[in-house]
Amino acid sequence: MKLFPIRGGIHPDYRKELTSEKAIVALPMPVALYIPLQQHIGAPAEVLVNEGDPVKKGQMIARSGGTVSAPQHAPTSGRIKAITAIAAPHPSGLAQTTIILEPDGKDEWGELPEPIADPFTADTHTINERVAASGIVGMGGAAFPSAIKLNLGTQKKLEILLLNGAECEPYLTCDDRVMREYADEIIDGARIMAHALGVPRVVIAIEQNKPQAIDAMTRAASTFSEVEVVGVPVQYPMGSERHLVQAITGRETPAKKLTADIGVVVHNVATARAVHHAVRFGRPLISRVVTVSGNAVREPNNIEVPIGARVADLIAFCGGFAVEPESLINGGPLMGQPLPGLDVPVIKGMSGILALTAAEINQQPASACIRCGNCVTICPCGLVPVEMAAFIRKDNFKVAAQLGVMDCVSCGSCSWLCPSHIPLVHYFNYAKGMINAQDRERRKIEQTRILAEAHTLRVEKAAADKAATLAAKKAQAAAAAAAKEKDETPA
Amino acid sequence: MTFLSIKNSAPFTHQVSSVQKIMFTVLLALIPATAFNLYLFGWPAILLFTVTVGACVVVEAGCLILAGQPVKATLNDYSAVLTGWLLAMSLPPWAPWWIGVLGAIFAIALAKHPFGGIGQNVFNPAMVARVALLISFPVAMTVWVMPHPLFSAHAPGLADAIAITFGGQMPDAVSAASALGHIKTELSRGIPVSQSLAQAPDMMDMMLGYRAGSLGETSAILILAGGLFLMARRIISWHIPLSVMGGVFLMGAIFHAVDPARFAPGTFHLVSGATFLGAFFIATDYVTSPVSKKGQLIFGLGCGVLIWLIRTFAGYPEGVAFAVLLMNALVPIIDQYTRPRAFGRTRKGEPLPLGKENP
Repeated sequence: MKLFPIRGGIHPDYRKELTSEKAIVALPMPVALYIPLQQHIGAPAEVLVNEGDPVKKGQMIARSGGTVSAPQHAPTSGRIKAITAIAAPHPSGLAQTTIILEPDGKDEWGELPEPIADPFTADTHTINERVAASGIVGMGGAAFPSAIKLNLGTQKKLEILLLNGAECEPYLTCDDRVMREYADEIIDGARIMAHALGVPRVVIAIEQNKPQAIDAMTRAASTFSEVEVVGVPVQYPMGSERHLVQAITGRETPAKKLTADIGVVVHNVATARAVHHAVRFGRPLISRVVTVSGNAVREPNNIEVPIGARVADLIAFCGGFAVEPESLINGGPLMGQPLPGLDVPVIKGMSGILALTAAEINQQPASACIRCGNCVTICPCGLVPVEMAAFIRKDNFKVAAQLGVMDCVSCGSCSWLCPSHIPLVHYFNYAKGMINAQDRERRKIEQTRILAEAHTLRVEKAAADKAATLAAKKAQAAAAAAAKEKDETPA
Repeated sequence: MTFLSIKNSAPFTHQVSSVQKIMFTVLLALIPATAFNLYLFGWPAILLFTVTVGACVVVEAGCLILAGQPVKATLNDYSAVLTGWLLAMSLPPWAPWWIGVLGAIFAIALAKHPFGGIGQNVFNPAMVARVALLISFPVAMTVWVMPHPLFSAHAPGLADAIAITFGGQMPDAVSAASALGHIKTELSRGIPVSQSLAQAPDMMDMMLGYRAGSLGETSAILILAGGLFLMARRIISWHIPLSVMGGVFLMGAIFHAVDPARFAPGTFHLVSGATFLGAFFIATDYVTSPVSKKGQLIFGLGCGVLIWLIRTFAGYPEGVAFAVLLMNALVPIIDQYTRPRAFGRTRKGEPLPLGKENP
């Protein structure tokens, strides 16, 4: 298949060998599971259970909280110990409502929805409803509710379902292992998704540094003519949705549009596997594969983890820390978020937990920019990081926005490469936050102004009406008086 | 809950690279050409080189102290050493010590630090110093000597060298014209280029560097070797060197074809003077060149054309320093007009229209 070049990018040390040959193992059930209501983009789920309630495995314990939302299910059978606020797996460490489930050790399935007997004759609505009810969200990291993306076929003209198996972040091997070990499940899930979307073609893109995954997926796809497995060049950030679409189709998604606007819907490979489980067996999304890696971990591994297990449980399962980690990260090292501690739970969008040493991170104190221009050469979005950073340093967000900071995908390539170790992408994330806040503020002021103007108009109108009524009354009275006077005047 | 302190934000991996490493690699690349020229021009050149580099480091330290910036950490980036090194390479090899010291003050204290130090200067410090010296001290800055290789019969010993560099006792009858200067002078006397060219060193000597010239510029071959090394290490790309040399060569070749008596050939322009040094080591200075590849091509081409123009029509025989400074002034504007096209947008910054996703 002909591939298309993407702009820029970097070739970091991949360090995937730490876990790439480790087969997926299941985490022994922890003593408690912590299931946050908000594990996805959108509204948090709404609790359906009370403290003390017994629950079965797969039972819905919180329902979808809106159009863009996802329900949560019990990852095992047990008892609801508490519904309380605990620290979220987010750099802020802010508390959020979380259901604490005490497993009973029986791991008994509850009543599950019937498998959809022949998904390829089922209509889009039936499949999407099942995907939505199963709590499936994008498992590549963004955690956007998948059913909404599967509905795009009803709104847009789609041609390709692109499964993202690029896994371009260093260290992460969870998608690699899932593709090697569950290729048939992914292909089946992908075909079901393609049917729901109404697209004739499925392309599965895998970076060429995963030859075993490419082999396994090619074998599994060999009987389906509509499914094609493609090895794409190893070039970070190949797994970025827009860039992968460009590499595969040559089409460049216009700014402020979705890939669906140019006919392509992208889903992660692990999401396809979750769809397979939901449609074929009625099983909701209650576990995921997580790569635990980094040189601070004694035995890095790929682990199938029930949602809600604490990061501490995973680290303990991997033999604990070999050395004190410099940073603990949710996701890959280039775009991952630092974790506030070990007690936070694993959520649906968490692909990796990395405990990294200072030597691996190699963060140096920032020095002055020498204008080497490397950040301009490698920016996959065609931006000028050196210039944007200069304006953001002076809090000049207006020019930064004109220079395109809102188009930055925060891939971190510029920061990785900067010889002066300037935290460029950090500047851009800061600017994006500030610009969004300013926009919100502006909208609020605009809204207030409109309301105030309407109010003034109403008041003025009421006053004018009152004056008019008064004047009319006066005129009437005057006319009556005049008439009376006339009457009284002797003829 | 056990809280970890969050010390950093993403990315949590970084390339092993630093300003210090980059500068060090450039110094490494300069060693062959410099070593050859120090050998060629002997002890006076070695003394001048040492004085110039040393003065740059001392002036840098002084400026850093005045600016209240960390002294040791910044000196360790080798940028002052590199500036001094390049400045020394552009000086007449037997120039007196105060030329080197004044040059260091011009370069570091006037061209670099008033703008805010490393990364902030608009003009190439070494070239500012060279031009300021050339205009202020036209005699001292144009005394060229024929090669006097170390340990050869006529080479000055260390004592003679100290007298030359620190005592100002320039021996008579050692001076020689540079090839570019020679042609310019002869042309002003009405002797056509075709004739005066015959007295210039032959092409092989020009390439290898056995000729009169600045302290570090004479060996095109060794400078080329250093430049290729920098390209292999990905410190510089081909864009600036090739466009500078392309500009010089094309202008030279075209006009030579039109009037061989008036204009020197393109190849002569290419190998004489500081064309190679300028193309690989001066114009490629990160701080004072454009950041985008397209901008670098425009910048390089501008340098090349200006070098030829100044050499051919201006009062000075050599134009690399002037050309680079003139183009330095244009860098902000070049940068502004050569920004890459953003992903998903037209050149004007509008979102790509739907249905035209293959720009």
